[in-house]
Amino acid sequence: MADLRSEFVGIKSPNPFWLASAPPTDKEYNVRRAFEAGWGGVVWKTLGEEGPPVVNVNGPRYGAIYGADRRLLGLNNIELITDRPLQTNLREIKAVKRDYPDRAVVVSLMVPCEEAAWKTILPLVEETGADGVELNFGCPHGMSERGMGSAVGQVPEYIEMVTRWCKQYTRMPVIVKLTPNISDIRKPAEAAHAGGADAVSLINTINSITSVNLDLFAPEPMIDTKGAHGGYCGPAVKPIALSMVSEIARNPVTANLPISGIGGVTTWRDAAEFIALGAGNVQVCTAAMTYGFKVVEEMISGLGQWMDEKGHESVASVVGRAVPNCSDWQNLNLNYVAKARINQDDCIKCGRCFAACEDTSHQAITMSADRTFEVIDDECVACNLCVNVCPVENCITMERIEPGQMDERTGKVVEADFADWTTHPNNPGTCAAE
Amino acid sequence: MTNSVNTNGVVAGRLDADALADNFSDLHPPLDDHEALVAADRCYFCHDAPCMTACPTTIDIPLFIRQIATGTAESAAKTIFDQNILGGMCARVCPTETLCEEVCVREVAEGKPVLIGQLQRYATDKVMDAGVHPFERAGATGKAVAVVGAGPAGLAAAHRLAMLGHSVVIYDARPKGGGLNEFGIAAYKSVDGFAQDEVDWLLQIGGIEMRYGQALGDGLSLDGLKSEYDAVFLGVGLGGVNALRAEGEDKDGVRDAVDFIAELRQADDLTALPVGRRVVVIGGGMTAIDAAVQSKLLGAQDVTVAYRRDKSAMGASEFEQVLATSHGVRIAFNAQPVRVLGNGKATGVEFERTDSSGGELKPTGETFVIEADQVFKAIGQTLTMDAGLEIERGKIVVTSDGRTSADGIWAGGDCALGGDDLTVTAVAEGRDAAMDIHAKLMGKGA
Repeated sequence: MADLRSEFVGIKSPNPFWLASAPPTDKEYNVRRAFEAGWGGVVWKTLGEEGPPVVNVNGPRYGAIYGADRRLLGLNNIELITDRPLQTNLREIKAVKRDYPDRAVVVSLMVPCEEAAWKTILPLVEETGADGVELNFGCPHGMSERGMGSAVGQVPEYIEMVTRWCKQYTRMPVIVKLTPNISDIRKPAEAAHAGGADAVSLINTINSITSVNLDLFAPEPMIDTKGAHGGYCGPAVKPIALSMVSEIARNPVTANLPISGIGGVTTWRDAAEFIALGAGNVQVCTAAMTYGFKVVEEMISGLGQWMDEKGHESVASVVGRAVPNCSDWQNLNLNYVAKARINQDDCIKCGRCFAACEDTSHQAITMSADRTFEVIDDECVACNLCVNVCPVENCITMERIEPGQMDERTGKVVEADFADWTTHPNNPGTCAAE
Repeated sequence: MTNSVNTNGVVAGRLDADALADNFSDLHPPLDDHEALVAADRCYFCHDAPCMTACPTTIDIPLFIRQIATGTAESAAKTIFDQNILGGMCARVCPTETLCEEVCVREVAEGKPVLIGQLQRYATDKVMDAGVHPFERAGATGKAVAVVGAGPAGLAAAHRLAMLGHSVVIYDARPKGGGLNEFGIAAYKSVDGFAQDEVDWLLQIGGIEMRYGQALGDGLSLDGLKSEYDAVFLGVGLGGVNALRAEGEDKDGVRDAVDFIAELRQADDLTALPVGRRVVVIGGGMTAIDAAVQSKLLGAQDVTVAYRRDKSAMGASEFEQVLATSHGVRIAFNAQPVRVLGNGKATGVEFERTDSSGGELKPTGETFVIEADQVFKAIGQTLTMDAGLEIERGKIVVTSDGRTSADGIWAGGDCALGGDDLTVTAVAEGRDAAMDIHAKLMGKGA
């Protein structure tokens, strides 16, 4: 099988699947079980500074969003950083790393935005033999109210400052974990880069309320009739995370900055997608919290099968392969013309494509008395909505109209040349491509 | 065609070729890609999953279903074959309703299990249809093992031993391999020559030589094998058939159900295969059901399975019973055969009504007759070899690793004591015995 070994900022692991800093990595018991299950590495749940540990709520910490059949699609949490004593965690990290030298053990940290606090904790972590640290500038709840977590991650200057301190006070690789609760993800990444970060990891969780209790008029998860926004994660956030990862990978300033991809990785395919968009490895939490540690077995076998089938010899050879194809709208080929095609053998005659197209799109699908659905090429703009709402995979496809053939909608012959908005006659011109 | 379902006696050609082809088509047509995804989506990926525990070969069912769900059926097949090299056949013939699917949490919760058997077939078909054999032989160990019997137990043992680098010779009395997969189970469970295809596919591992037409006591002796090989595995099955112990067993039209099934499985032309107009099958196991349903599918008009105990004691699963009754087979419970009636040719069977309500089988004295021009005996098979091994309840005594009472001889499958007489159990026993043989031969075993 393909070689799944991974090296991320010099940290080696037998596969690119790490458990993210979160409840699954809060203690030795869990992490040992995770390693036995096959995980390549962990980012230990965030440690705070020495002293009385943080406390957690004693009611629900999690809220969820479901798909059909109660499949968990999104999870939010209001749990804080580790609520166990610092020394306990350090002792356990040391023991685990000693027993699993081939696995990655990175320690997540969150201490006040003061140089002394970082200078104090870094040697303690270094002493455990851990492979690196991850700076938690992402947690959007609780700790951010105290000036930590995403409160730091939302101010690029702070990111740069703290990153610089960490690089100054430790020889360990420094990974900066970014919050998505910001308008332009490139800025904090650039700040981390400027501060000397070895890598960034993203995304941390997204501000969220999963639902509202309509009897008590309180947000969920609810503690004694009150709720606070939590951090949203799981399959539902993957598209947001993929986009943010791609933006950092595309940004010339951070193009060579390693990225640890996080956000809804549930299957091998999710991981491959993050890696293709520039992530050197991936971190997983919600999938493990939903299905248990064993879920990594499918990720390993699936990624290996895909790499074998495609002839990719190593994970590194795939990293960033989709980045050159991440473009801007103005550079998309307007001479590319497609039409929807419905495979009548696969069609189960539910009519969802018709409802979607007739009511909300371009009235480009006909429905006969015997429930046969067909595309009207005169009207189809190839928007893809019918494909997206069809319950049968590959029943409706988008087929390219080859150059030289007629586009029945426009009455024009499809041209072979590339032509985008920057050269389009309707473009007022002032916004033409530079 | 002159014969029909109304023709008396045991005759061929009751149905035309098209009707027979339709009747003997796949019991469960394979899932297409969409159906497989929908079915896989229902699996909850349970922790320490009950389905996996219920599988005699302990296939990691949640994992292989998840692999199907994520578009990697080939990985799913590997997960299956790692535990059960005959996963393709087991997907077709396993009584899943009494194994994995019976304990599926969705069966318990909703009465609708995840379609584990059909998903297993989807994954294994994908790899086998592509002709891919996902295992490689280890370097040669220089050890040679004889396997007697090319049924599920022998094939599973041979494959595992060959994979581990031993050279294997399989002996079988029949002219081809597969054992009951080829000669025993109902045709509609293994269509299109699947049993032979599976044997051929399995042999791709290399290092296995097949020697057909050789049986213990008929050209082969256990002592001879012992001296010639480093180890011997016996997967000889149960070659004999229990006698009816009822008068008239020798009349024309009375035969062993296993012979009928084997003849049917090997028939090139089902229109030439004779079957009675009125058929009585005596017995209560899978063989009885297979014989009864196939009689019906061949065009028998009235088919009755007569079982001496009540429904709760029946060896055939509820699914099999429903399968039979849905094909128009009648199941008569508490019917103990007394005599086969007829002057030379069987014309019916006289039964005595029994009472088994207290667990003990008691005759009631009441008798009744079921008309029959053909009577099948399906009351169990017996071990036909006796080579000085310890035998108990008609089977070879083995340890959990398959060791017999004789040093250097292992046994598994139907001929060995313990476990259900199922294909999947035989595979597990063959595989586990192979691992023990390997450990012993490599000096790691006790």
